[in-house]
Amino acid sequence: MSFAQLIGDWHALAVLFVAGVVPNQIWRMLGLWFGGGIDEGSELLVWVRAVATAILAGVIAQIVVEPPGALASVPDALRYGAVSAGLIVFLLTRRSIFAGVVAGEVFMLVGKWWLG
Amino acid sequence: MHASPAARFLDASHRIARYAATIPHPAKTPVALPPLDSPQWQSPWRAFAWGLRSITQTILTVVLFVTYLGIGALAHDTHFSLLWALCSTLFVWAGPAQIILITTLGSGATVIQSAIAVTVSAIRLFPMVVSVLPLMRTPTTKRRELVFAAHLTAVTLWVECHRFLPQVPRERRIAFVHGLGCGLVSVCLTANAVGYFLAANLTQTLGAAILLLTPLSFLFSTARNSREVADVVALALGILLYPLAAKMNSGLDILVSGLVAGTIAYGVHWWREVRA
Repeated sequence: MSFAQLIGDWHALAVLFVAGVVPNQIWRMLGLWFGGGIDEGSELLVWVRAVATAILAGVIAQIVVEPPGALASVPDALRYGAVSAGLIVFLLTRRSIFAGVVAGEVFMLVGKWWLG
Repeated sequence: MHASPAARFLDASHRIARYAATIPHPAKTPVALPPLDSPQWQSPWRAFAWGLRSITQTILTVVLFVTYLGIGALAHDTHFSLLWALCSTLFVWAGPAQIILITTLGSGATVIQSAIAVTVSAIRLFPMVVSVLPLMRTPTTKRRELVFAAHLTAVTLWVECHRFLPQVPRERRIAFVHGLGCGLVSVCLTANAVGYFLAANLTQTLGAAILLLTPLSFLFSTARNSREVADVVALALGILLYPLAAKMNSGLDILVSGLVAGTIAYGVHWWREVRA
């Protein structure tokens, strides 16, 4: 891996600033500035939180359904199976994030090994 | 009992209850900090050091490490540079926003589309900042002294503040939070770099295993934080609707499925409120 590869190009960093840094810092600074006196419709904020959760859920689905890089080498059924196995263990262990992640990973690795 | 929705929204105890489950066994993990009147708290630098040291007092540090390991690997396999990944952790400092950014940009969305998705995901930071800063404020605190603490605010720090700050003298809380936040950011930067190099050098199978950490850890931590019906419906529908939205191939898949699933989830919430 070359040095230039680690640094990347300035265009990508500019995109990071516009699409990543600004949208996050705006909300933090608004919280800092108007934190004391907000009394706006919290129904709006319930809706916003639901949309935000659903967007994150969509991204989680996207990584599993249209996997990037090395994850694409894992067959579809095995990826879906790993997430399902993790979810089942997560629910069985009274919502242990750790148990769910380990179960999903083990399922995927064992499946890959078994398929050869 | 029936406070106004806005008051309820800002009520810290309500929010702690929502996220309390992310702390495994509060009673079994006592916070090891000096007593409030200890001379240890006289220097702000000492308070900073205690904050830094407190990252060893929480399992959430491990969860963050694993999550950011995955983000580093995801950045590598989506063809972002290591510097880019580190800058995103340093300046964005919000895991969900980072994976939304990497995934949407990596799959060819425009800057505007990514910015909209990230902006919506970041709105959740607003109530967090609103509820956490009063814990650090003294009557003489100036707003600019809180800017860095506001930047460090994300779900993990927010949970930990509610846990640690009652045991920190009020006038040392900003220094303590700076220490805690810098410690967590350092852990995540390290995890990013490790994940990036692992993805670059591991066999394909192990690389895939590291990439799989991201959807698994985000799915389960979001599910764990979902206390209200609207959150659960939004999570489940958001996952189920994405493949349908992707079939339309509009380039706005994430926004379309997010808006539709989120609005249906809100509808369920509203319907339950009306019936209650």
